[in-house]
Amino acid sequence: MSFIYLIPLLPLLGFAINGLGFPRISKSLAGIIGTIPPLVAFILSMQLFLNFDGTTQILTLSEWIKVGDLSIPLAFQIDALSIMMLLVITGVGTLIHLYSMGYMAHDKGLGKFFAFLNLFVFFMLILVLGANFTVLFIGWEGVGLCSYLLIGFWNQKNSYGDAARKAFIMNRIGDLGFLAGIFLLIQHFGNTNYADIFSAIQAGDVPDNVGLIAFCLFVGAMGKSAQIPLFTWLPDAMAGPTPVSALIHAATMVTAGIYMVIRANVLFELSPEVLHFVGWIGLATALLGAAIGLFQNDIKKVLAYSTVSQLGYMFMGLGASAYSASFFHVMTHAFFKALLFLGAGSVIHAMSDEQDIRMMGGLKNKMPITYVTFLLGTIAIAGIPPFAGFFSKDEILAHLYHHDPWMWGLAILGSALTSFYMFRVFILTFWGEFRGTEKQAHHLHESPLSMTIPLMVLAVFSVGGGLINLPHFAGGHEFLATWLAPLLPESEGLGEVSFLSLEMGAPLMAAFLPAFLAIYIFGVKKSVPSEDAAISGIQKVVYHKFYIDELYDVLFVKPIALMSNFFAQVIDFLVIDLFVEGIGKGVQYASTEIRKAQTGNVGYYVFLMVISISIILFLGLKSWIL
Amino acid sequence: MNLLFILFFPLVVGLILLILKPAKAFIWSFAASLIELVAAGYVLSQMAESASPQSYLHDWIPEVGISFSLLADGISGILIGLCALLVPFIIATTARTDKANNAQYQGLILTMQTALMGAFLAKDAFLFYFFFEASLLPIYFLASIYGGENRQAISFKFFVYTLFGSLFLLIGLIYVYLRTPGQIHSADMEVLYQTAHGLTAQHQGYLFLAFFIAFAIKMPIFPFHTWQPDTYTTSPTQGTMLLSGIMLKMGTYGVIRLVLPMFPLGMATWGSTAMILSIVGVIYGSIIAIQQKDAKRLLAYSSFAHVGLISAGMLTQSVEGIQGALYQMLSHGINVVGLFFVIDLIERRTKSRELAQLGGITQASYVLSVCFVILSLGSVALPLTNGFIGEFLLLKSVFDHQMTLGIIAGITIILGAVYTLRLIQKSMFGNVSRITKDFEDLSAAEKWVLIPLCALVILGGIFPNVVLNFSEASVVQLAQLVK
Amino acid sequence: MQSIPEIIRTIPLTHYVILSSALFCIGILGVLTRRNAIIVFMAIELMLNAVNLLLAAFSSYYSDPSGQIFVFFIMAVAAAEVAVGLAIIVMIYRNIQSIDIGILNKLKN
Repeated sequence: MSFIYLIPLLPLLGFAINGLGFPRISKSLAGIIGTIPPLVAFILSMQLFLNFDGTTQILTLSEWIKVGDLSIPLAFQIDALSIMMLLVITGVGTLIHLYSMGYMAHDKGLGKFFAFLNLFVFFMLILVLGANFTVLFIGWEGVGLCSYLLIGFWNQKNSYGDAARKAFIMNRIGDLGFLAGIFLLIQHFGNTNYADIFSAIQAGDVPDNVGLIAFCLFVGAMGKSAQIPLFTWLPDAMAGPTPVSALIHAATMVTAGIYMVIRANVLFELSPEVLHFVGWIGLATALLGAAIGLFQNDIKKVLAYSTVSQLGYMFMGLGASAYSASFFHVMTHAFFKALLFLGAGSVIHAMSDEQDIRMMGGLKNKMPITYVTFLLGTIAIAGIPPFAGFFSKDEILAHLYHHDPWMWGLAILGSALTSFYMFRVFILTFWGEFRGTEKQAHHLHESPLSMTIPLMVLAVFSVGGGLINLPHFAGGHEFLATWLAPLLPESEGLGEVSFLSLEMGAPLMAAFLPAFLAIYIFGVKKSVPSEDAAISGIQKVVYHKFYIDELYDVLFVKPIALMSNFFAQVIDFLVIDLFVEGIGKGVQYASTEIRKAQTGNVGYYVFLMVISISIILFLGLKSWIL
Repeated sequence: MNLLFILFFPLVVGLILLILKPAKAFIWSFAASLIELVAAGYVLSQMAESASPQSYLHDWIPEVGISFSLLADGISGILIGLCALLVPFIIATTARTDKANNAQYQGLILTMQTALMGAFLAKDAFLFYFFFEASLLPIYFLASIYGGENRQAISFKFFVYTLFGSLFLLIGLIYVYLRTPGQIHSADMEVLYQTAHGLTAQHQGYLFLAFFIAFAIKMPIFPFHTWQPDTYTTSPTQGTMLLSGIMLKMGTYGVIRLVLPMFPLGMATWGSTAMILSIVGVIYGSIIAIQQKDAKRLLAYSSFAHVGLISAGMLTQSVEGIQGALYQMLSHGINVVGLFFVIDLIERRTKSRELAQLGGITQASYVLSVCFVILSLGSVALPLTNGFIGEFLLLKSVFDHQMTLGIIAGITIILGAVYTLRLIQKSMFGNVSRITKDFEDLSAAEKWVLIPLCALVILGGIFPNVVLNFSEASVVQLAQLVK
Repeated sequence: MQSIPEIIRTIPLTHYVILSSALFCIGILGVLTRRNAIIVFMAIELMLNAVNLLLAAFSSYYSDPSGQIFVFFIMAVAAAEVAVGLAIIVMIYRNIQSIDIGILNKLKN
């Protein structure tokens, strides 16, 4: 099984070659060097998948940190969950690399771009392969770094750099929680190996603070998977090139939080309060993301808020202990959201970097492949059967229905919003008349093959992805759930569901009705969202993302900046240094005062001398005299 | 004998440079530092092989029981390695500048190395004190002759402040020394440990304060830090590197060597106060660094924050804490030397360190920006860089000691990212400014300094065990002594 | 013929003590009050000689010659001192045309 090491090593090699060779390696070569490693890694992962016999394997590379009783190995764990993640990462990753060859062809930093992408794949693979929480943390922070580098890829523009920093820092806030979780685990179990921890718990060794541990780990997930309150970085992260948004901020990195919770499901199962919390945070994020998405006019921003919202769904599923359903949604979401982003990228590419949907319209004839694939993606995310999104979202909803009807109801509402804003974007972009400039109209063209092939492949998966976990009522065998079953708690059976029940009907209504509404408003009535200045009332609040960024600015950024200046200029300079310098000044002052005793007058000295001698004599002879 | 060579070789070459002033001073000093590195490497590898410490003993002032006693064990070995490793880099950073063939400058650097080595090697407490003080002289001259604006006043303040602190150390040392058994007392550290253990809790408390204040000023720990930003900013780059890369480790090393094993009861009384001060410094320094306009000053405050965490970790007295502290001393040394060098390179080309005036350097020098990012990542403790290992162990030890403190100290990983990324953004990214427009790419000599440092940052993050194993036995022994 | 110690012993010891104390005090007052350097100098000599007198007296009374040996030492030292001191005073006079110690305050700065 030694080829397993190759899976992460190949992208690292690609990173090394492209990174060291930049800018000497020509652009076309750099693209090929960058794309081959994930492709080979995908083939190897496929090999692993086909030969997998259900047993968990742990491969220890070496001891990493060994101090006292603490020992953390660099080890990989191959099991059902990591293999599935490998397939998604390398599979979607390869397609996006291929796409980038076309998308970034005109960028002079192409070699650097591929180096960063490969590095990202490397860290992401480390994240899912790690056999303990600490190795997971390597990948966890590593993908954060790559996300930072890629969001700020066009670093001449300061606002992009700001977005990149925001992403890294918000992730770091979550990472602190994650790190605390790791420390707590080490405190109780002595190490962070999955195998040791989970078997200890199964043997009945449950730490008293398991709820706290689960909570700390979840804080990490909040940062990485953009949940309330740490979600504001993800929309800003759209500053990065579109393939990055597709790979990192839709398909893989942001789902790391879900992966981690599934991985640690044993811990979460022991703390129902935390699971409850996870569910509600997920729900709140899903609704907030969907609500903001309703009024955004930047095609990528809509997709970004949609991602936030879909991630919320996944956490809702986790909150209801529907681990395999959430994972199913992770996979289908990876397909259709990557597809949508790449489609958006294709549009942006054709529109000469225009991202505002108010300037688009009528693109369906100019870019037929993008049009069809984007439509398929839209249908998939809206949850219309029998596309992939329907099955995965429906499974989560079905679990929620049994778990907590309130959550279920609100989730249906979110689902309806999703369907509406996705069709809104789709129609405004592809239907109707072209609203852009003359120059843009002239430039419009279908993207090259390297970009459309990934679109087509992903479209196939978005349509048929549901087959991976086709439920029994649709004639399937729930392959994914069975595959993951050994790693998950025994799920409560959902029983048989019929299409006519409320449980089944409501999600369908939520998918179809808003879609028709959107078609009516934007397709038939051809209304176009108004200019920024004309927006008012509640809509304005929503359009400005509920002013959450501004709120954080007032709550955290400004006070810290003020504190910084206060500390540096007042406390350091005036308080502490005044004291320190005060000692020096005091000595100086005393010396100038005492110096005055030295008059230089001989008579005065003699006088002092006589007096002093008399005193000394008196003291010395006192006992003798008296 | 090997230890004697390591100790005095730089001094000999340094004196030759100071007195004879040969023309090719750079070759002399660089070659000497390389020979020193090889010699230290040889000694350390021998130690690692035989797994036993090396020592040297000779009478110095037998009448009062002060001996010339040197010891290289797992703990001092790390610092000797750090000192031997960094000085060649520090000297190499002068290449092709007006300081390269300045015999006085190079001589002072080498003299400084001997003083630092002496402090790390000494087993006799008075010998330690001697070198601890002696190191002030060369750095004072470096700072006050070659420094920037207002150098006289600032280096004078630094000198007096640290000297003032050391007096507490001297008083404390004499106090314990006078209580050592025998007609002729002894200043050997082992004997001092035993003697100090016999003192009452109250006396240990006072002595702890006396010792700790001396080291706290050197490190520096909040609120004894006000000399540091000015001194770091004003000193010539090599002086700043010596100060932050190696010299402040004398303070942390002193705590590990003298304070922890001598005053367990004093620790019990004052340890938590000292730890809280250290952590206050971590947060305080990080917050101040966020708004700094001068890149060098920003790094000075970041260094202050990092040292606070080192101090907090070792004050937990756990094996992880002390190991983490040692590892972090090593990584911090490597990282700051690299970072200060980058700032120096920028200053050489643009004559400015003002962040507001910089920007877009990555477009002119890709290698410089990559190296800067790697070094910064080491400084923000990203996994697979050397900084992570140290901070992970330190934070863990503080967290185990007391959870709230651990979380508060942990905020540094957030704030650290804030100011470091700001530094990167303002200097490397963004649009080119008027002064970075004609930024010259790195020369080969400059690359040869930066790239090995970056390699060390990454290797240190992947193979920390090489170092951790080296010091493990000594640290475990120390931790037992503490209990 | 009486020996000199015997002659000395004819006067009671207290008288010598009183006399030399008086001389010493006159010397001190002279040093403290006079501003002329030469007179200050003479007052110092007076104090020295007061001590000499006392030494000689005690030496005779206790028949111990070491006191008188000291007297010789003191006289020798005093002679040397006068030589140096007067030389200094002469130099000072040549420089500032005055031997008033009140204006000799160059040490101050």
